[in-house]
Amino acid sequence: MGILEVKDVNKRFGGLQALGDVNLSIAENSVHAIIGPNGAGKSTLLNCLVGKLIPDTGSVMFDGQSVLGRKPYEINQMGISRVFQTPEIFGDLTVFENVLIPCFAKRDGAFRMHAYEPMLAERDLVAEAEAMLDEVDMLAKRDMLASYLSRGDKRRLEMAMCLVQQPKLLLLDEPTAGMSRADTNNTIDLLKQINAKRDITMVIIEHDMHVVFSLAQRITVLAQGSPLVEDAPERIKGHPKVQEAYLGHAA
Amino acid sequence: MLGLNRKDLILFLIVVGLVVFAPFILNPFPEDSGLARFNAGYPDLMQRFVIFGIFAIGFNILFGLTGYLSFGHAAFLGIGSYAGVWMMKLLTVNIVPAIIASIVVAGVFSLVIGFICLRRSGIYFSILTLAFAQMAFALAYSVLTPITAGESGLQLSLNDPRILEAGGGSSIPAANFFGLTMRDGFEWALGGWVFTFNFGYYFCALLMLVAFYVSIRIFRSPFGMMLRAVKSNQQRMNYTGLNPKPYTLAAFVISGMYAGLAGGLMVAVDPLAGADRMFWTASGEVVLMTILGGAGTLIGPVLGAGMIKYFENIFSRLNERDLNALYDFLPDGLQGVAVSVSQMFVGDGWLLTLGLMFMLVVIFLPGGLVEGGQRVSRLFRRRKKTKTDDPEHHPQPSPHVGE
Repeated sequence: MGILEVKDVNKRFGGLQALGDVNLSIAENSVHAIIGPNGAGKSTLLNCLVGKLIPDTGSVMFDGQSVLGRKPYEINQMGISRVFQTPEIFGDLTVFENVLIPCFAKRDGAFRMHAYEPMLAERDLVAEAEAMLDEVDMLAKRDMLASYLSRGDKRRLEMAMCLVQQPKLLLLDEPTAGMSRADTNNTIDLLKQINAKRDITMVIIEHDMHVVFSLAQRITVLAQGSPLVEDAPERIKGHPKVQEAYLGHAA
Repeated sequence: MLGLNRKDLILFLIVVGLVVFAPFILNPFPEDSGLARFNAGYPDLMQRFVIFGIFAIGFNILFGLTGYLSFGHAAFLGIGSYAGVWMMKLLTVNIVPAIIASIVVAGVFSLVIGFICLRRSGIYFSILTLAFAQMAFALAYSVLTPITAGESGLQLSLNDPRILEAGGGSSIPAANFFGLTMRDGFEWALGGWVFTFNFGYYFCALLMLVAFYVSIRIFRSPFGMMLRAVKSNQQRMNYTGLNPKPYTLAAFVISGMYAGLAGGLMVAVDPLAGADRMFWTASGEVVLMTILGGAGTLIGPVLGAGMIKYFENIFSRLNERDLNALYDFLPDGLQGVAVSVSQMFVGDGWLLTLGLMFMLVVIFLPGGLVEGGQRVSRLFRRRKKTKTDDPEHHPQPSPHVGE
């Protein structure tokens, strides 16, 4: 029994079958990659996991509880964090505040009107946020406005915001999209580090095979909305069905 | 001190100084000079400065922090006014119950209206709030006439019950604060100047300082940080385990209560509430004040409110004679030209002046008057220190909220 169990999930957009009978079991503390050509339904699947979309049929169980019908913020409180394709951060806030907010959210869950600033120090939230920034090597940029960061730094910040919540499951939607080779390698190192240090399960959606094969312990190939193969990375590389899906019949 | 950092404390003390010495600051010209018409130091106008200051400070908590542009905030001003007058009719002409009631009633209404309007964001939110305000206006004029007295406006009368008051008397008692009458005051003639100190003004000013202090605390609190997060990225907020809606609703209610307080003070200094206070132009005015002064800054809304009220009350009353006095130093021919050009911008033309100023500010100073002030002070600072460019070529650390 994995930490995330997806059973017979179907999703239609009008005439388009975006997901057809997707079954997926993700083992705890593993790094699981989902790959597939454009339009294979990777993002749709991810959106079904975090409550942005509701599947037509099927079930999604996380840690023994169904996520279906819950709002994104409720699902986050269950322990699922998400890194977006384009980094979603609070651009008008400083880097430090960006990390402070998830610290709060983790402690107090739903709405609370925190009225006093000194409370932050009392509750060690400042230290916690700074430790997290240090871990992703961004403490020097603590007081910069987040919108001024470079793309790579924004990505690191977003990951810091997710990690400081100590999620059980981290979903990464193309974490290296649009990054230079150097930034990509930095991100891979960071993710490896995170995975080694914490008890965390990661699901990565990625186009860049270099990233997938350096991180993933298990890979699912999606094609036309259905899982084609699920296997260990070394066996995915030469799999005939995968080559067919990516390169067409001629290959 | 007061739980403020040094910068905020200085700002707060400056505002305290301005407010306390307003009767002097606003009366720079001697009484018998031709320029005396530019003086704004009379009680009625000073009260309006601080009352609309409160209104704009509250509006800024919603618009400046969360970015939700309410176009119907005058409804809460009007509701607060009606609640205030009713308290003065039913209970006592002491203004304390009136002000408390106006805050509470406006808060309740904003909770209901906010709950409905905040289902949408952006332009739809603005339109919904506008619709509610116009409904309130129309109702006050027609169906609700028994409560609002319709066109004539709700006012005190000799037959009011005033159950907390000792009965009798042949005239309507004046609004007071435990015996201190709001319209009382004294004048101080000093040389050619006459300074007016009015109790009503100082009472309103005290509440404005409290309102301003509370808004600084809100801006700096973790709650304020959450509100800025709402403005910045609601998607990320949702995926951080936070539901943005209660935060926006709280901001909406707080700013509604500020508007209620402003409405209550309006009737405290002049016990009359009319429906036109809720008309959409009144809602638009507070938007103008906030943007003109600088949305999202602490002091901006107060400056904007003062500016607009100054123009509305001073520029609109200027005439040819005042202009002649103003341009007295010019040679005769030039004086005539200057006066006839300026005449287009004063009197009935004051809205033209305001419109042009608003355009200039929005185009050249998107951060409002506060940004203008920052640019000027930066200019002076740059002269002192020359090279401070950091080698890494990062963007200049830009001013954070409320500077």
